[in-house]
Amino acid sequence: MNGDAMTEIWVYLSAQPLLWLTLTLGIYILAIALHRRAGGHPAANPVLISVSILVALLLLTGTPYQRYFDGAQFVHFLLGPTTVALAIPLHSQLKRLVSMAGPLMIALMIGSLTAGLSAYAIGSLLGASAPTVASLAPKSVTTPIAMGIAERLGGLASLTAVFVILTGIFGAIFAAGILRRVGVKDEASVGFALGLASHGIGTARAFQLSEQTGAFAALAMGLNGLFTAITLPWLLPLMATALR
Amino acid sequence: MIQAIALLLAFQLAGETLRVALHLPVPGPVIGMALLLGWLVLRGGPDDALRSTSGTLLQHLSLMFVPAGTGVMLHAGRLAEEAWPITVALVASTLLGLLATGLSLHFLTRHRAGSPQ
Repeated sequence: MNGDAMTEIWVYLSAQPLLWLTLTLGIYILAIALHRRAGGHPAANPVLISVSILVALLLLTGTPYQRYFDGAQFVHFLLGPTTVALAIPLHSQLKRLVSMAGPLMIALMIGSLTAGLSAYAIGSLLGASAPTVASLAPKSVTTPIAMGIAERLGGLASLTAVFVILTGIFGAIFAAGILRRVGVKDEASVGFALGLASHGIGTARAFQLSEQTGAFAALAMGLNGLFTAITLPWLLPLMATALR
Repeated sequence: MIQAIALLLAFQLAGETLRVALHLPVPGPVIGMALLLGWLVLRGGPDDALRSTSGTLLQHLSLMFVPAGTGVMLHAGRLAEEAWPITVALVASTLLGLLATGLSLHFLTRHRAGSPQ
């Protein structure tokens, strides 16, 4: 096959959703294999590996993100029904969750306010621009809620999505190790902290630890999304006045 | 499997509908999750098809963050320009949130029967 024919095939395929959808799945399968090969080490995070390879590939081939997303959106869409499916592990742990309702609510309030307000305060004090700070504040919350909150605060939705995912990867890699170091090892506390601070990616990590850990993470993710959406839009302006 | 997927989508759709109709601040899928939980409580649990389909989807939850995560390339400029405040704020606040949540729940529940220590 000559070079012109190769170029022609590439030009055709790279404009089709099929190519980028297939590559997204293929690279994810590779990332899972690497994760297994690394003995399930949290640093070999499948999201981190997949995103790194895909960004390198898109930059090397000069493919715009939008064209990539035209294909990858089918995977992105599954996030919706999968979020709904979190009801199943929640249901199987329901008795335990209900019996712990009081402590869970208190931990939710403390954790949620700490994560959101500290991101805003640290970003502002270190001189980040206003849209960056507004996009950072909801970063512990699951992507669709975080994007909505950031827009209301004057942030950028797509930048927020990036912060949310970086936060998720960071938490998935370090959370369990850090919590263990301060003596927090029980499934409920580890799971709830992972889901609250690192939303869906933390929840995915929690399910690798155990189903119980995952159920607490899923609950924390949902509750933190709700709580942050209600509190942050009116708390941040107060905080901004205080920091001025 | 098709029935299970249809069911998940139907609950997502119901969640989306409620969100728009009642101007709720929470996304449709999260409302759908709460609705499905309620339905499972009424029915006494999921059937085998729903359990296995959900298990498969949840096992690959990580995959579904890859397309949005790749969007990091759109913001390389801003991330490089404000790398220092962004990194410190993101890392420190995530650690603080994690420790505040984990330690408070651990402290509040450590005297319960069945928990270690």
